[in-house]
Amino acid sequence: MKQRDFERRFEPLWLQLENWLAGYEKHKLADRRNNATSTKQAAAISDLPSSYRHLCQHLAVAKERQYTSNLIARLNQLVMACHQRLYQQKSVSQNRWLEFLFRGFPRALRQHGRFVWLACGLFLAPALVMGLGCYWNDALIYAVMSPEQVLQIESMYDPANRVLGRERGSDSDLLMFGFYIKNNIGIAFRTFASGILFGLGSIFFLVFNGVFLGAVFGHITRVGFVTTFYPFVIGHGAFELTAIVFAGAAGLMLGHSLVNPGNRSRRQSLREAGRESMKIMYGTFLMLVIAAFLEAFWSSTTQVDIAIKFIVGAALWALVIGYCLLAGRAPAQMAVSDSTGGRP
Amino acid sequence: MSEATTANAPYSPGDNRGLDTLYEIETPEGIDLVMQAAGPVPRMLAFAVDFFYRTLILIALAIALAFAGKAGIGFWLLGSFLLEWFYPVFFEVLRDGQTPGKRAFSLAVVNDNLTPVSWGASIMRNLLRFADFLPFAYCTGILAMSCSRHFQRLGDFAAGTIVIYRQPATTAAQLPQAAPVPPPRGLQLADQQAIVSLTERSAELSQARQQELAELLQPITGKTGEAALRQLHGIGRWLLGARDAESETASLQRTQRRNAPGQEVPRR
Repeated sequence: MKQRDFERRFEPLWLQLENWLAGYEKHKLADRRNNATSTKQAAAISDLPSSYRHLCQHLAVAKERQYTSNLIARLNQLVMACHQRLYQQKSVSQNRWLEFLFRGFPRALRQHGRFVWLACGLFLAPALVMGLGCYWNDALIYAVMSPEQVLQIESMYDPANRVLGRERGSDSDLLMFGFYIKNNIGIAFRTFASGILFGLGSIFFLVFNGVFLGAVFGHITRVGFVTTFYPFVIGHGAFELTAIVFAGAAGLMLGHSLVNPGNRSRRQSLREAGRESMKIMYGTFLMLVIAAFLEAFWSSTTQVDIAIKFIVGAALWALVIGYCLLAGRAPAQMAVSDSTGGRP
Repeated sequence: MSEATTANAPYSPGDNRGLDTLYEIETPEGIDLVMQAAGPVPRMLAFAVDFFYRTLILIALAIALAFAGKAGIGFWLLGSFLLEWFYPVFFEVLRDGQTPGKRAFSLAVVNDNLTPVSWGASIMRNLLRFADFLPFAYCTGILAMSCSRHFQRLGDFAAGTIVIYRQPATTAAQLPQAAPVPPPRGLQLADQQAIVSLTERSAELSQARQQELAELLQPITGKTGEAALRQLHGIGRWLLGARDAESETASLQRTQRRNAPGQEVPRR
């Protein structure tokens, strides 16, 4: 068949598909506004898979018969566009989100428990060493930060000047909320992302944060600002510190997939680790948002009694730890019936 | 912008793939989809455009929130956090893989099976932007792009995404108005394709250049200047399937050409 006959014969199908693709965005909008108006379009789409298969055949034939590059380019583009529509991934439904929250996230944490424990160790060991060191030795804190920083931290938690007081007003709370979101979630994201450098970045950030926080804890305890510092940190710390550890664990997974890909290629191994680590990162992101809320609006209040703050803080820690250890451990058959019932 | 013009380069099965930036996958229908992977330079330019827009938004946000005092600063910090990490995610997922900067250079992010990029993949590649930034100014990312087969940075590797050229819609080529002429005998396939492609591209090339090319075939066409070009256009149209009521002249010319069977037409 000559190219012109070929084109003449199948042009209607191509035009139909092109028109549909061009009207796709409009159709999507119209669909959102009014379902009834789009019935005509829907009819054209209903046979998309079969039209698409025909189109694919046309492309193959055109290539085989070495028709002109313009025609092949046009068909290739059309196939590409249809391919993108046909294999579009479905958006996440609400049920999936809830399922992730109550099952997927804690299960992912337990499944990759050795990375979580490793990250935990990398964070806590330096923190412990620096904490005890700074508690015993007055000068050690200056190995980590400058005297100005030390003064600033001391003044922040000095019970005498009560800068943490409620009198700072709700607009300051909002300011600090924005700051905590940007700063803390940024730290977690960096801890995760730099894990792709064979895990070295995550290790660095975990150890660095451990050293820094350990030093602050040790020094503040030594100076004796216990009554302001601990009530402040205990509440949001439950979410923030664990989230940093989880982000580090996700980063370590990326690094491990490159260092030890097993019997897969490094690229493939990284892809799989990436997919798994994203499960942890979604949850980590959520935890850090909660932590920022608590830090800005709860931890800073001084009107609440210290004892209550400790009780709430302890409860939050119990909640986080209990969630990580116990959530999603439903009996097998219940989980199955739930997951099938959850999906339409 | 030379990349953008070659984005429309014809695909033919015999291409030497070694030096090419074509990205090819096979769909479940057994069709090879071919796209062109985008290199570091247009991507850096696209990033610069996006960076410019982001800075503009941040400045506008700062002005708008200047009257809101400390709470305003809080909201600004929140906005800058979202812009820093999720500005590309938002556009890549909701705008067919194109941030404004990528759109300006007709680039698009897709999954490496050439399906639209998903939320997870987009978030992944943009979180890992930080690793690509290290130690400064995206050194790691540029290095990774330069070394990898399809210009993928670390984030692309982990998320399984690729940046391609999104080609503008091609319009059917306007064929020159020339009477169809049957080709001489013994015209090889490659030669036929060369003549057809000359015919199809007649609108893109200057008349003088086309004539210059056509005159290379003087030993076969026996003509020079405009006449040679018109004859080649005629052969091209004939090969594309055009047949006019000029069968008499066609058959006549065919007998003339019979004297030179199997003669190789020089390639363009």
